Amino acid sequence: MQFTSREFWTAIHGMAFGFGFILFFTATLALLLTLRSGALTAQGVRTNVILLKISGLVIAVLSWLAVIVGTWFVYPWYRAVPPQGTTDLSGFPRSRLLANTAVSGWHNFGMEWKEHLGWVVPIIATVAAYLIFRYGEKLTEENRIRWTLFVIVCVAFVLAGIVGVLGAIITKEAPVV
Amino acid sequence: MKTGPSAAAVLAGGIGLAAFGIISTLAEAIASFSKALTWSKAVGALSGKTILGIAVWLAAWLLLGLAWKDREVKIGPVVVVSAILLVVGVLTTFPPFFDLFAAD
Repeated sequence: MQFTSREFWTAIHGMAFGFGFILFFTATLALLLTLRSGALTAQGVRTNVILLKISGLVIAVLSWLAVIVGTWFVYPWYRAVPPQGTTDLSGFPRSRLLANTAVSGWHNFGMEWKEHLGWVVPIIATVAAYLIFRYGEKLTEENRIRWTLFVIVCVAFVLAGIVGVLGAIITKEAPVV
Repeated sequence: MKTGPSAAAVLAGGIGLAAFGIISTLAEAIASFSKALTWSKAVGALSGKTILGIAVWLAAWLLLGLAWKDREVKIGPVVVVSAILLVVGVLTTFPPFFDLFAAD
């Protein structure tokens, strides 16, 4: 079993950065939900906030890496136009999808949405990371900011989930090889 | 702790997302705009859309951050406006929506 360089970068984009984001999202969510001064000792709050800063920073960095690698490395291979007369479209995922009306929607709807929606996630994740670093241990006292943060992180997760599912389906239908 | 810088970050995020979505819809509607956003031949118009969207977001963050640096800003209304801008951003990047404006 071998990976082509295109498959490698596609896997890095989706599996390492995409799934990594989802893993650290759950950590961020758990840390946020348990961050209450009444529920933790002072040492517990300090430890929780350090871990929250790490996980918040990681989801922001991973979401940026996912869209940068996805857009600038993988997407050009996906949208490459085959030379005239090409009959084997296996190396041209976009053209392969568009050539078959049964699956063309995965480009016209799926990829068109994914390529745009993906860029929404790192902006939201960066705002979340900023709030985590700005407030730090004060998050235990700032209920409104903590719940704002909770909603922001959940929105980022839902959007990342949509992008991830679309990516997985498109890759199954027309892999970048 | 002043809420101004946090409010600036949240609102700038909303502005950046709405700007990105509106730029995407405009690119779909105006072929010459889409062509002008093709800053990378390999990536296509997405290159210009994303870089421009990020530039708007960062500029909004910088300006709001400076304006609200030492101010106490009510976070509730800022979150509501940002949520509306987020909906605008998501809607304007949704293909069935921007296809309504697609140039033939």
